[in-house]
Amino acid sequence: MREFKILAVVVFFSLVTYWGVEPFAHSQMHKHVEGDNFQYSDLEDSGKVGDAQRGANTFMSAGCIGCHSVESQGMAAPMDPVMAAGAYGVNPPDLSTAGALYDEKFLAELIKNPAHALNVEHKFDPAKGKVHPMPGFYGLGGDRDQEVADIVAYLKSIAPAEVEPKQAFQDACGRCHEMRYADWTQIGETPKFDSKQESLKHQLKVANYQDKLKDYMGKTPPDLSMMIRSRSEHFLSTFIEDPQSQLPGTSMPRVGLTEEGKDKVLAYMTEIGDPSKEKREAVGPWVIGFFVLFTILAYFWKKSMWRDLH
Amino acid sequence: MAKFEKANSVEEWLDQRLAINKVKKVMAYEYWIPKDINFLWAMGMILAMTFGVLTISGIFLLMYYKPDVNLAFDSVNYTIMSEVGYGWLWRHMHGVAASLVFLIIYIHMFTGIYYGSYKKGREMIWLSGMLLFVTFSAEAFSGYMLPWGQMSYWAGMVITNLFSAGSLELNGLVEWIRGDYVPGDAFLTRFFMLHVLLLPLVIMGVIGLHFASLRIPHVNNQEGEDFDFDEEAEKYKAGKKKESKVIPFQPVFLSKDVFVMGVFMIFYFYLVFYHYQFALDPVNFDPADGLKTPAHIYPEWYFLWSYEILRPFSKDIGLVAFGFAQVAFFLLPFLDKSPNTKPAHKRGKAFVAWFWIMIVDMIVLTVMGKVPPVSPFNEIGLVAALVFIGLFVALPIITKKEKAV
Repeated sequence: MREFKILAVVVFFSLVTYWGVEPFAHSQMHKHVEGDNFQYSDLEDSGKVGDAQRGANTFMSAGCIGCHSVESQGMAAPMDPVMAAGAYGVNPPDLSTAGALYDEKFLAELIKNPAHALNVEHKFDPAKGKVHPMPGFYGLGGDRDQEVADIVAYLKSIAPAEVEPKQAFQDACGRCHEMRYADWTQIGETPKFDSKQESLKHQLKVANYQDKLKDYMGKTPPDLSMMIRSRSEHFLSTFIEDPQSQLPGTSMPRVGLTEEGKDKVLAYMTEIGDPSKEKREAVGPWVIGFFVLFTILAYFWKKSMWRDLH
Repeated sequence: MAKFEKANSVEEWLDQRLAINKVKKVMAYEYWIPKDINFLWAMGMILAMTFGVLTISGIFLLMYYKPDVNLAFDSVNYTIMSEVGYGWLWRHMHGVAASLVFLIIYIHMFTGIYYGSYKKGREMIWLSGMLLFVTFSAEAFSGYMLPWGQMSYWAGMVITNLFSAGSLELNGLVEWIRGDYVPGDAFLTRFFMLHVLLLPLVIMGVIGLHFASLRIPHVNNQEGEDFDFDEEAEKYKAGKKKESKVIPFQPVFLSKDVFVMGVFMIFYFYLVFYHYQFALDPVNFDPADGLKTPAHIYPEWYFLWSYEILRPFSKDIGLVAFGFAQVAFFLLPFLDKSPNTKPAHKRGKAFVAWFWIMIVDMIVLTVMGKVPPVSPFNEIGLVAALVFIGLFVALPIITKKEKAV
């Protein structure tokens, strides 16, 4: 009985200490950010129902492919990534998966007013002569909201039904962020090179791209290899949904992922940054089971050793 | 030369040359431990075992770790965590054991304080134990540098800065310790050396001393009862086991230790597999960056109480208070003037109060050491730091007044 009382005291003080230095201290260190469940409720819904076929024409007429590629539809990028970064600061995204990854309302607002949708108006203020490199769409003369809805419908119609987590990460994050544990740079996956010259040429390209990106963003965006372990899942979710909520003033734009898209990005970051997760869950019960058995046997050993002592 | 006869077994052969039977007797089968003990008496063996786990997991990690500022982070977080089979397991085991070892050290220490096990001939047990605490602290700190993450770098910066001794501005000393103006390659490689060679050697030596220091005064018991060990051992050997107040280390004491170890291992592996975040700080998964100070810099939980004794004061006073906190526990056997070697609850109200206030105060300091330095935490921290110092000042006074029981 006495042993249990002592154990209770030890456990009590250990738990109080744990509570103080972990949950309590962290609640004091990080401000609490409530997410919006990826509703993007600050953006308006025009209520228009888009038509994909009309959208295909509007998409071509609006001049989107002057900067964007849509590789799934055979529309190649007008410039290579380094040159594009020189022109715009960052390589404009390929739009093949945009309809699947990003929120509809967000896409509509992005087409009309990019700086507002991306939540970077603090950085791009036309009054100060700073305009976002992507021009807003002023319409083709008809109902602009209808035209935008048509373009969004078109993007959704060409998007694949299922986007792999890796693809989601590369499309949504990969033009600004490196992921060196997956051999990913901002200009794509690093291929194997046969010669040192080829490899150095590639490295030079990456460095040139990163230089432009740094000028554009203010600093080189961090490598995301280990982010899944250095930030909590809650932080990453709310940060991806709206970077300003966690880091006011950051130049990282809101990317407009749907909740499903965000889950895919996090799944890929887990695959690269925390690959042992599944193995941990598989091995854990066996090791703990072994020690439970060990402890039961040890208990009987102790019992037999101490039997004739009292 | 001694005369050797033909041995009939390996054991006999060894016994002739190494006296293994005598060794076994002295070290195990006739090493006497009091019978009146509780599970807190198993903490020593748990510590020895945890040190073993740390050594073995450390050896495995050492095979892939690269002490170089350009390679260290990736060798830990990519090579060991992703490429090496079960590398993640060894790393999580190492990290969690390094944190838990301090929990057990603190339990072990406060067990010693509660039962008065540092008094009357047991001073060297206490002092060698405190020496182990200090070397384990240095070992933990040097190990924390190795992944070369943000917390490695900035904790290294802050702690080595302490050696400038405040207004004395001994910047030369700080540079000499770092091998550079700021933590860099020279810094990392020397802490690597300390972590994997020098400090483990010192720890092993002091563990030997700590064990040896138990021999003459013997292990204390639950009631602080003073008895003749030789007499009690004779009773045990004569078969009067019920009457005897002692048990042999092997196998009786050990059987209880092994059971407690089993319980501990269940808890330990639960943490390793399902709850390791507290021991592997997320901030350290960001690579070291000397141009980007983390929003919050804090040491691991086991250093927080002494960090908090440094923090609420002005620079110089803080350092003096911090220095005091480091040596205060060493002085315990000499500050405790009580004639009693008894558990706290038998020594009268004053010492019982002293003990529990000390525990609560250390926990308050620990928590305040981690939260951001804002009001009211600053004020709570300051009061707790003053209480800590006050407790050591008060100890000789209250123990002197203690009545002999």
